[in-house]
Order: sequence, then C-alpha cells, then structure tokens
Amino acid sequence: MSETFTKSMARNIFYGGSVFFFLLLLALTFDTESALPELDNRENLTEEVALGKRVWEKNNCVGCHTLLGEGAYFAPELGNVYQRFGNSTDAIKGFIMSRPKDGIPGRRSMPQFNLSDEELEGIAQFLKYTSGINTQNWPPNIQG
Amino acid sequence: MTYQSQSVAKPYFIVAIALFVGQILFGTILGLQYVIGDFLFPEIPFNVARMVHTNLLIVWLLFGFMGAAYYLIPEESETELFSPFLAILMFWIFAVAGVLTILGYLLVPYATLAELTMDDLFPTMGREFLEQPTITKIGIVIVALSFLFNIGMTMLKGRKTAVSLVLMIGLTGLAVFFLFAFYVPENLVKDKFYWWFVVHLWVEGVWELIMGAILAFVLIKTTGVDREVIEKWLYVIIAMSLITGLIGTGHHFYWIGTPEYWQWWGSIFSAMEPIPFFMMTIFAFNMVNRRRRNHPNQAAVLWALGTAVMAFLGAGVWGFLHTLAPVNYFTHGTQITAAHGHMAFYGAYVMIVLTMISYSMPMLNGRKEANSNKSQIVEMWSFWIMTVSMVFITLFLTGAGILQTYMQRYTDTPISFMEVQDKVAIFYWLREGAGIFFLIGLIVYVASFFIGGDEPEATVKDAA
Repeated sequence: MSETFTKSMARNIFYGGSVFFFLLLLALTFDTESALPELDNRENLTEEVALGKRVWEKNNCVGCHTLLGEGAYFAPELGNVYQRFGNSTDAIKGFIMSRPKDGIPGRRSMPQFNLSDEELEGIAQFLKYTSGINTQNWPPNIQG
Repeated sequence: MTYQSQSVAKPYFIVAIALFVGQILFGTILGLQYVIGDFLFPEIPFNVARMVHTNLLIVWLLFGFMGAAYYLIPEESETELFSPFLAILMFWIFAVAGVLTILGYLLVPYATLAELTMDDLFPTMGREFLEQPTITKIGIVIVALSFLFNIGMTMLKGRKTAVSLVLMIGLTGLAVFFLFAFYVPENLVKDKFYWWFVVHLWVEGVWELIMGAILAFVLIKTTGVDREVIEKWLYVIIAMSLITGLIGTGHHFYWIGTPEYWQWWGSIFSAMEPIPFFMMTIFAFNMVNRRRRNHPNQAAVLWALGTAVMAFLGAGVWGFLHTLAPVNYFTHGTQITAAHGHMAFYGAYVMIVLTMISYSMPMLNGRKEANSNKSQIVEMWSFWIMTVSMVFITLFLTGAGILQTYMQRYTDTPISFMEVQDKVAIFYWLREGAGIFFLIGLIVYVASFFIGGDEPEATVKDAA
C-alpha cells in the first residue's frame, strides 16, 4: 500500500467503520424486535409450549435435529414436523414414545428419552407452536 | 523467549493439542455414525459425540488463544506478564472445568447432567455449541475476566502496539459477546436471534481480530518486514472484517421468524465477507515475499501462509457459496453448511493457533529460534496431510450437500430426509476415509514434538 495511505488512516477506518456498523446492527436489532410480534407466533406461546422448549433443551434435541434449519444434520428438520405428521400432536408423541431403547440394528435411531406425559405434551405443543412461526416460506417443501 | 513469564503459554498449548486429539477422535466416531447408524448406540448417541466434538474444538481454541496472548502480549509490551501466578491458576481452573464438563457429557444422559448442575435455577443448556452447564459457563466468564485483567494490566505497564491492541479488542469482544449465552428467552425466535450474537459475532467478527493480530505478530517476527507496514495491513483487514461481518450477521436471519428485509442486508453484506479473508491471503504472501530475513522456522511460515489460504477458501469461498438468500433458501441446514463449517474452522482458527504454537514452541522449549530440521520436516508433513484431508472432507460433504439439496429441496418430487441420507451414503464413507487421514496427520503432528529434539537447530542455510 502506498505511503500516502498511512497507518493512522487505516486505524481510523477500523474504528469509524466498526462503530458505525455496530450502531447500524443495533438499530436493525431494535427494528426487528418491534416487528417480531407479527412474525413469531407469540400469541400461541403458552406455558405448555415454554415447558416443551425446556424439554427440547434438556434432552439436547438440537444435537441431532435441525429446527428452522439450525442444529445438527443427522436427523430430520422439525420446524415443520407438525405438518409432516398430518397436523397431529398425537403422532409426534407416538413417535417419540415408541423409540426402541437399544436402537435399530445398523440404522440411525432416536434414543428412548422416557419422557413423562406432561413432557411429551409439552414437546409436541412446542413443535406445533414452532410450525406457526412465519419463516418466509422456508422450508421449500414438506420434507423439511 | 525474551521474557520469562511468556513460559505460562506452554501448558496452555499442550492442553490445546491434547484436546484437539480428543476432538478428532470423536469426529471419526461421528463420521462412522453417519453410515453405521447404531455405532456405539445407546452408550454414546450421536448428539453426545457431536457435543464432545464441537465443545472440545471451542475449548481448545480458547486454550490456544489464551496461550497465544500470554506469549504475545509480554513480547509486544516489552515487559513481564502482570501475574504469571494468576495465569497458571486460571489454566488449572479452566482445564479441570473443561475436563469435568466433557466427562459429564459422556458419563450421564444430558437431561441428568442438567438436573445435577441445577439447570432449572438458571437454564442455559441445550443450545447448539453452548451446551455447557450454567456453572461451567460462569467458570468460563471468570477465567475470561481474569485473563483479560492479566493481559490488560501487562499492556498498561508496557509498550502499546497495534498488534497487542487489536488482540485485546478481539479477546474483549469474545468475552462480552459470550454473555449472550446467558440469555435464553422462552420465545424461540428471540432465542435464535440472540444466539447468533455469540456464534456469529465470535467466528465472523471478533475472532477475525484475534486471527489477524496473531498472524501479524508471526509475520513481523518471521519476515522482518517493517512493523508499520504490517500494522497498516492489519487495520485495513480487520476494518473490512467488521464492516462486512457485523451486518453480515443478517445471513442467519433469513428463515428463523425474523423480518424479510434481512434477506437483503444479509445477502449484500455477507457477500462481502470474503474480502477480508482474501486480503489476509494477499497480505501473508506479500509480507513473505518482501521478507528482510529468512527465518529458520520454516514450519511456522508454512502454517502462516496456509492459514491465510485455507481461511479464504473455507470461510470466504465456501461461505459465499450458500450465503445469498435465494441460494440459502435451498441449502439452509444441509451438508453444505457442514462442509463450510469444517473448512472454515480448520482454515481460520485451528491453523492460526497451530501457527502460533509452531512459532513459539521452539522458544518455550528452550531453543533459540527454531526446531531441528528433522522435526520441522515431520511438522510440515503433518501440515500437508491434515490440510489435504480437510480439503477432501469439505469436497465430500459438499457433494453430499448438493445431492441432498437437490433431492430433498429442489426437485419437483422431493423425498424424505432419511431416504436422501441413504442415497448419499457413499459421500459419507469417503468423508470418513478423509477423516481417518486427518487423524493420521494429527498423529504425525504430535510426533513432530518428539522427533529431532536432540538435534541442532535448523539454520537459515538449511531452510533456504
């Protein structure tokens, strides 16, 4: 780089640029917060859903699955599993309950988590709630 | 080694390498579970192995960053470390907490670990990469604050350089943005949105400052190019990192319940995120070409050039591949993401830590400037085996990802996730093979520390 462009100019671009774009990120964050009520399905965020989110976290579901595309890529996307399972929370609960303790020979299998009835209902309601979030039409189809 | 207290870096680097070995062992387990689904089931289910793999990576990189800072800051500041005792104390706290956490993952079911650590009192567990029990997270904060205090006090009493200042800003940012790990709202959209304030603002933000500072330090030392020139480059590079990367966070906000405008902000700014990495490549090669001396530690120079190239490929090119919203609509959360993640982390952060270890370890072991020629040759072999293996891991995962994207998302007759996984299994087998080669490269790397120890140091003539 030429001699007319000095180190202190470079430093000023760094400080100025960083502060400016950090403030822009903050502004966009505030705007996002104000737009979220229309998008995040909060009207259906019940206590049961909140409990279900805790069940989701405590069993590290994101360690195999994606949820809205984020997580691990070992097991199916669950953001739209409610629709994929025919809009049925019972189908979701039935699937979780029926996982064999020792797995399936040679295949991937979800562990048996021995969830209580309350926890099962919570996780199913949580996945139903998630499916109602406005994700700009993602995923492209029902397969997730 | 100019200052005695720089020696506290050594245990940090040794533990970093040991955890790196653990990380790769679990990587090979994961790779096998992709094709032999019940491998080690139910003793070590996939999610547990993955948690160990990713958490070990994060922890050993943090060990590496801290070791790098403990070596670099006294030398840049031209003074002894403020408190070597505090540095060693924090080393033990971090090492014990890290090992206990990993053992916790492996020995009890995750839900039990949550009970044992009383996660209900202050729930923070169960989010990707931030799976650590709350108590461990608090430990990380304490260690990070003591560390920042220690190097901050060292800087205050000594010379202030751009390199040390940028490193300090990067490390402070690392600690500050980690605090978002304690914010776990009930609202899933908010949870996801602020989760990225840790993950994105780390790896596509402040960590780039850390990488830039370490790279600049090693280049100053090994090329003898004027500090003014190198520091000017450093400022321009990190300016571009934050100018593109801060709003580039938006490329994570396309499909998680956040407003549609992020598709524009995210696409435009993240499309520019390769620029700082490209500049880093130009910078590293330029400085080495303009070198005023031939440094006898040619292995360190190789790592420095390698990290610049691989970070550009992994973070820059492979990131750009799927960063535009119309593309990401189809690739989001597929093996394309995994491909990018692997090469970006290896190229940028694994290799920068190995660059620093390569540069400083000879001095920490009582050498004047470099290891013996024999040791360096083994180390350079490990560089090539690991790097080429990682290129193949990335290519195979990209192959799997392209097929997955097509069959599951793009075609008119999409098929289910599990069916697609069976159809792309050949790529997972190839990836596992490349992973085994990576492990071999890592064993060669570890061996390089035990080879040629009693031989004389390489000289410039040998190296040239």
